[in-house]
Amino acid sequence: MPGDSNRARFEREILPHLDAAYNMARWLLRGSDDAQDVAQEAVLRAFKYFEGFHGENAKAWLLRIVRNSCYTWIKGRPMTESMSADEEGELAPEHERALVEAGHGMPAPDARLIEAADRRLVRDALDALPIAHREILILREIEELSYKEIAAVTDIPIGTVMSRLARARELLSQSLSGDKVTR
Amino acid sequence: MRCTEARAMRHLYLDAEISVADTPALEAHLRGCRACAAIFRRERELSAAIEVDMPRYAVPDLLRTRIRDRLHREGGWRLGELRFLRRGWNPAAIAASIVLAMAASSATTAIMAGAEEDRTEQEVLASHIRSLMAGHLTDVKSTDQHTVKPWFNGKLDISPPVVDLSSDGFPLVGGRLDYIDHRPVAALVYRRLHHVINVLVSAEGKNTAAAASAQTRRGYNVTRFDRGGMRFWVISDLNSNELRDFAAKLSEAARDQSGRS
Repeated sequence: MPGDSNRARFEREILPHLDAAYNMARWLLRGSDDAQDVAQEAVLRAFKYFEGFHGENAKAWLLRIVRNSCYTWIKGRPMTESMSADEEGELAPEHERALVEAGHGMPAPDARLIEAADRRLVRDALDALPIAHREILILREIEELSYKEIAAVTDIPIGTVMSRLARARELLSQSLSGDKVTR
Repeated sequence: MRCTEARAMRHLYLDAEISVADTPALEAHLRGCRACAAIFRRERELSAAIEVDMPRYAVPDLLRTRIRDRLHREGGWRLGELRFLRRGWNPAAIAASIVLAMAASSATTAIMAGAEEDRTEQEVLASHIRSLMAGHLTDVKSTDQHTVKPWFNGKLDISPPVVDLSSDGFPLVGGRLDYIDHRPVAALVYRRLHHVINVLVSAEGKNTAAAASAQTRRGYNVTRFDRGGMRFWVISDLNSNELRDFAAKLSEAARDQSGRS
């Protein structure tokens, strides 16, 4: 069993990121109630392996475990999510339909904070993105991770982080305006 | 720079990941190319919309309890040890405690030396973090200072100056009541691009224009100055140069406003 100092270190370095872990699970699982179970198992798994962790970025390390747990959960339920991270491909039909339904102009650039109705649209549009694009926007905009940290969490090269983030923003922008993406 | 290069680079720019060497070329391109500038503006707005307005889900109490029990049973923790997992901790308390825990663990014991001012600064930082959580940013939301200023009437024993700095690129977002040192203070919210700037105004400043102080805390820049008997705390993740610029303009405009009234 890990010793006291390990527990103290875990409490100090990992537990402050519990909200981030749960938030990530909620977003990846599209608000499913199972996010609680997945987040809980991820934290327990993190504790199990924590003695071997000596890196600097505990948050990225924890989120990586949460992400893997979410992907495992999704794989057990193939109907809930398309797993393919098709970088430049067409949207899956169900996503396309959701995007059309969510199609709506964003407020003018001067409106600094969006209204509740628009918040709902942005959230729906985010939820409708393929998971690879959704997760990268959550990690960047909500968890405010750097490209390097995102690469560590998602296990992809930094170059792919850049292109995928650009693509995710284009898809989201497109779905909210109803425009075609310009390449 | 061509538009294809700018396309790749504007995301680096937006995310503050661009190199110093590449910045001038991209900025020149965005000034000169209306199409790229329009796309960039839109992406910046969208980025801000996600950053500020999308929900950050906090761990529900029940889950907190479940994790604590599991760590107790399987990890050998004593139940009382897991202070982060105690039931009923709200996100605000957690945000504040994280700030304190980080300060305590940062080995700069001087920070925790007990200076009153320092504790206040911790609370300013906690207030800022709290405000960034969904739904806590403003009680009164308006870009019009003539709407925001009267809102504070009767809620505080000061009338904070609310100034329009939108022409300087710092539009007003709104205001709210907040608490620092167990006392209510006025919080004014401004923006710079997708950065939120909180201005906390309390009644205990000096009447003279005291020297401003500035420092960085956990990646946030904090500036403090006194004006017209009030104390102003300015905090943001905006870079220190622009924040200093903002504080100077705010201080100047606040002086003008209090001079008029």
